[in-house]
Parts: sequence; structure tokens; C-alpha cells
Amino acid sequence: MSNKEITGAEIFLESLKREKVDTIFAYPGGVVLKIFDVLYDQKDIRIILPRHEQGGVHMADGYARSTGKVGVALATSGPGATNTVTGLATAYMDSIPIVVFTGQVPTALIGNDAFQEADIVGITRPCTKYNFLVKDVKDLAQTIKEAFYIAASGRPGPVLIDLPRDVVTTKAEFIWPEKVDIRSYKPSVTGNKRQIMQAAAAIAKAKKPVAYIGGGVISSNAAEQIREFAELTRIPVTHTLMGIGGFPGTHPLSLGMLGMHGTYYANMAIHHSDLIVAIGARFDDRVTGKVEGFAPEAKIIHIDVDPTSIRKNVRVDIPVVGDVKHVMVELNKELRAIKEPWDAIRKSWIKQIDAWREERPLTYEQSDEVIKPQFVIEKLYELTGGDAIIVTDVGQHQMWAAQFFKYDTPRNWLSSGGLGTMGYGLPAAIGAKVARPDKNVFSISGDGSIQMNIQEIATSIENNIPVKVIILNNRFLGMVRQWQELFYAERYSSVDLGSTPDFVKLAEAYGAIGLRAVKPADVEAVLKEGLKAKRTVFMDFVTARYEKVFPMVPAGASINEMIFGEEKKKEEKKLKAVK
Amino acid sequence: MKHIISALVENKFGVLSRVSGLFSGRGFNIETISIGPTLDPTVSQMTIVTTGDERILEQILKQLNKLIDVIKVTDFADKEFVEREMCLIKINTPVEHRSEALRIADIFRARVVDSTQKSYTFQVTGDEKKIEAFIELLKPMGIKEVVRTGKIAITRD
Repeated sequence: MSNKEITGAEIFLESLKREKVDTIFAYPGGVVLKIFDVLYDQKDIRIILPRHEQGGVHMADGYARSTGKVGVALATSGPGATNTVTGLATAYMDSIPIVVFTGQVPTALIGNDAFQEADIVGITRPCTKYNFLVKDVKDLAQTIKEAFYIAASGRPGPVLIDLPRDVVTTKAEFIWPEKVDIRSYKPSVTGNKRQIMQAAAAIAKAKKPVAYIGGGVISSNAAEQIREFAELTRIPVTHTLMGIGGFPGTHPLSLGMLGMHGTYYANMAIHHSDLIVAIGARFDDRVTGKVEGFAPEAKIIHIDVDPTSIRKNVRVDIPVVGDVKHVMVELNKELRAIKEPWDAIRKSWIKQIDAWREERPLTYEQSDEVIKPQFVIEKLYELTGGDAIIVTDVGQHQMWAAQFFKYDTPRNWLSSGGLGTMGYGLPAAIGAKVARPDKNVFSISGDGSIQMNIQEIATSIENNIPVKVIILNNRFLGMVRQWQELFYAERYSSVDLGSTPDFVKLAEAYGAIGLRAVKPADVEAVLKEGLKAKRTVFMDFVTARYEKVFPMVPAGASINEMIFGEEKKKEEKKLKAVK
Repeated sequence: MKHIISALVENKFGVLSRVSGLFSGRGFNIETISIGPTLDPTVSQMTIVTTGDERILEQILKQLNKLIDVIKVTDFADKEFVEREMCLIKINTPVEHRSEALRIADIFRARVVDSTQKSYTFQVTGDEKKIEAFIELLKPMGIKEVVRTGKIAITRD
């Protein structure tokens, strides 16, 4: 050999450097000792030790969502690897580019039920975009290059690389491929020109159009093109949970979120529209409600990088397969060439929408006695001026954080939309703070969700990654309780978190700051103190126990069949009668 | 509705599992699947027979195309093609049935590939209808075992 040979572990490190990785979230174990030994000597990559591998993968996910770069995590074989599964599935459902490395028993022992052996490639096949088992150290560099390319291109997603112990200890020459060419993987980038022209013509012809944007707008960095599109054609824009920040929430053309907990005016606009322009969204059941009742009068234009998303759930009249940003640039060009008097042709539609807006704005009943969770979110928005990264867990608090905070820019809202992973918030917030240390990062959580990965406070303290945790504490698994109240005759089965810990003391036990508010009058002071804190801080807001998220489209109903807070008694009776 | 789909895939471990996982994970049905090498040793050919309406077929084709190891997918629905399947059938043959069995086999151009005092094993190739018909005629004699390859198909030029 003329060139120097290095170990697989060194090839791993060298390859990550070539991919410009600056941080990895890594938990050690038996078969990856060699890798950690190599990581011990180097200064280029920051190594963050989570307290659970699931936390590590969510951190990589938070890092990826908040920057658009590929997040990287590392775990050992067996239980270390299986602990990454929820993190991978979370990233897969939301199309987030991460690369997760797992250790594996030596190739000679694979299949022998060796100590800490798990068939992680088999286990994660359905929840990764792709995965690899590297069997020869000579393939390692090429595999890593392909993994990063697959994770970040097309419809992004998680990729797992399984590294048997002998592969990382054996030596080989390091050859870094500068280019990747996978003959069986060629994602479409530019949309079909004719389809784009058809779309433009349909938009110009429509009387009551609505743009419905999803996570694809965020992942393809197309917020600017969406804004240009909306302002040019005077088209109102509604977003999914994943599309938050893809269009400014404070923009007069923004309808807020649609779907199950969407605004009245967004759902009404969709229901009455004659054209839906779906952009980087996939018609999830939480968005469409009953599919047969979804936008009954509308033609549908669907722009998406993933052809399988098109016509999966709903009929589509004009499909455009391509990267959202590329397609929107072309579409805007076409639209500019059409000299429509956009203002005039949209006037009556916008007037109708504004009437809906006035009829039922997003609201809640304020109280002087008990803290309303929505009030905490509103105050947070007021105090930060919207300049913060908001990360959530899953449940009622997630919906309130989506409804009552306004997001004007992309990548400042991180939430597990598809899988709905409780326990995502705190670790993802840590990942976001690592990636963007200049920003205030808030993890908005419930008292149920926060307990699913609470051990990661230690990670934030040890590595000096200060995040601000807001707990909307109603001593319930609130969203499940809400469904039990509305649809299961108030039979509160397994939702009362009676012995919720004292989060202030718990935060302090970990070395974080603990604050608590029990009255509405305390809210502002606690938030202000939390904002000032230099260390990780837990803000425990003891909130109204029985507060519910409204509007709500009951499961199986059409999205125009919303129920609202003030009508709850009447609606409940009706629903009970139906059952 | 029955459909024949063929896919050229990378000849790597795990590919069959990805393809079958795609079907099982979405509740699609695989009726038969057959896999073999092509002239290029790095590429394998899969022939899949599946059932489903137009929407399901569209999803199957798109999902197959989306799989990273799948190089090319062909749907035979809108093409002229030849399909074949091979079948091995072992039947009981008491003395009084032996000549009758051979006569039927002759009609179907089936060959005897194994023979004992009590049994014949036939090899027959053809399309689905022919094989079904052959099996039907042999049934009264007592079929011991049937092994089928699943369909393979090729387009006509």
C-alpha cells in the first residue's frame, strides 16, 4: 500500500469532518469504544453526551430542524440502537435529515444472539429513509458520503448506518468520494414546465383560492418564494403544524393553521374554496378531517417533491413533482407574466375571509383566578416579540403554542407533527440551542410530556446549553382528558397525573433554575425572570386543569364541522346523542 | 384487479425485505413474487403479481420507484407481454391411473421429471390458465404436492 491506512474509527471521524459536521450527540458502549477513543483526541467536532439515546437522536433532529443541516447521533449496539428507534421514526414522519450511527457486534457474530446484539437495520427499515450495514471497512467512507446525500436530498429523512465492531477497528486507506451518484436514486428537482403553466392558469382563473403550505416549504427553504407568491396573487395562506413559519403568521394574508385545531377562518376558507394550492404538504388526516368532505368544490394543485404524496389521500387535478423552492420560483415567473388585476379579482373573497375572521377569532376565556395556558403563550409572545425558537412536546400545550404564538420566520418552530412524540421537546430544544446559541430557545411542554425525557436537563447543565422550559402544568394528560371529556362521557381513565413531581425542586436537583407561577398575576414576572436566566430554567405554570383546545374538528367530521368552547354544553349533548 | 409489475433492483442484501416491507406496511397484497439475476450481476429482476384498484396500483408503482434500491419499475398493464410460470406437480398413480395421467400430461406438454411405482412428478410451464387447467384435470387422481414458481413476464417487441 502506498497510502497510509487508518482504522475504521478514524475513517468515521475524517468522513464527518469532510461533511462539515460540527456536533454529534453520542452515547458510548462496548462495540463503539474504538470510535469514542478516536473522538477523545480531536477538537473539530463537539461531542455532546445525552442521558438517553432517544434524547440524543431528538437533539440531532432539533439541530437539523433549526438549521437545515444534517444532524448526527451515535449510539452503541443492542439497547443503545433500539433506543434510537422513536427518534428515527419521529424524524422519518416529519422528513428531517439526520444520520444516526449505531454500533454492531463483530460481523462474525451477527445473527448469533451475541451480547447487546439487535438487528437494527431490520428494525429500522420501515422508519428510515434508508439504512446501511457496513460489512467492509473499505466501503465506510463511500457509505457515509451516500448517507448524508440521501438524508438531505429529495424528500429528506433519517438514515442509519450500522457499524460492526471489526469494521471500526480494521484499517483501510481513506478515500473520500467527492461526488455521489446512485443510479437508483434520482429525486426530481425541477417541476414539469407544462404542469406549472397549467397551475398558473388555474390560479389566475380561481375566484376563491387558498394556499395550503406544509413542512416541505421549510425543508426546501422556500418561505421567501411563498411570500412573493401570496403577495403577488393576493392568495390567503394557511399552514399545517409542520408549515408554521413558512409564511409570516402576522401577515394579513395568513389564515393561521388549518385542520383539527385550525382556525375557524382557515377551515371555512378551505371548505368554500374553488382552488387549493397545496405546497409541500401531504393531506394528513389531522388536516383533512373526513376526506370525502374536504374542500368539496375545489380543484387541487399539489406541489411536492415526493410523487407518492400525490393522490395518496385526496384527488389531485394538477400535480407538480419537484422541489418546492424550484417550482415556486418558476410558478412565480409564470404568474408575473399573467397581468391579472389581482387585487380586484380577490377582493370579494378576501372580504368573505375577513368576515369569518371577525366572526370567530382565535380566543379563550381569560380568568383572574387561575392561569389560562393560552395566556402564558400570549405573554411569552409579547415579551419575546416573537424572537425565539419555540420547541414543543405533544398535546394541548403544543396546539396552544401553535395557535397563540405568531411565527414570522421559518425554523423557529420545532414540533413532532407526524409521529406526535411526547418527550421530543426538551432534547430537541437542546439540539436547537447547540446549533443556534444566539437565540433564546423555549421548550413548551406539558407535565406529562416533560417527564418522558426529563433526564436531558443534565445534558443541558453539563454542556452549558441553557434552554428555557415552560411547563403548562394541569396535572393531567390534557389532550387525552379532553377527548375523554368530549367523547367518553368524562370517564377519565389513566389521565390524572396526581403525583406530578415538584418541578421547581426537580430542576434545582439537576442544577437548573426552578420558577413557579400559580396566579395569572405571577405569569409575567416568571417569564421575565426566565428570559433573563443564563442557566437552564424550568418555569412551572400551574394552569386551569380542565381547559380545552378549541376550535376542534372531532375525529371523522369534515373540517367545517368545528366545535367551539362557548358552545361546549350544547355540542356535548349533541355528540352524546350521536353516540 | 390483477397486475404484473417488474422491478430492476440492486442485487444487495435487504432489498427483498425492503420491497416486501413496502407491501406489508401498507396493506398491499403480493400474490406471487419471483426474483432472479440479470445479465448484469449487480442487478436483479423482480416480477411481482399484485391485486388492487387503480389508486392502490398507482401507489405501489410510486412507492416502488421511491425505494432507493429500485432502479426501474415496469407496469405491464399497458403493454404487450408474454407471461410464464412453471409448476411441479406430484400425483398419486395407482396402476389404473398411470396411462390416463400420461395422456393428460401429453395434452399440456408436461414432462415427467420423476417417477416411482406410486407417483409421477410433472413439470409444466405456461400461463396461469393453462397451469390451473392442468391441475384441475389431475385433481381426481389425487395430487400430493404442487410447487409453483410464480409468474415471470417479458414485454413483446
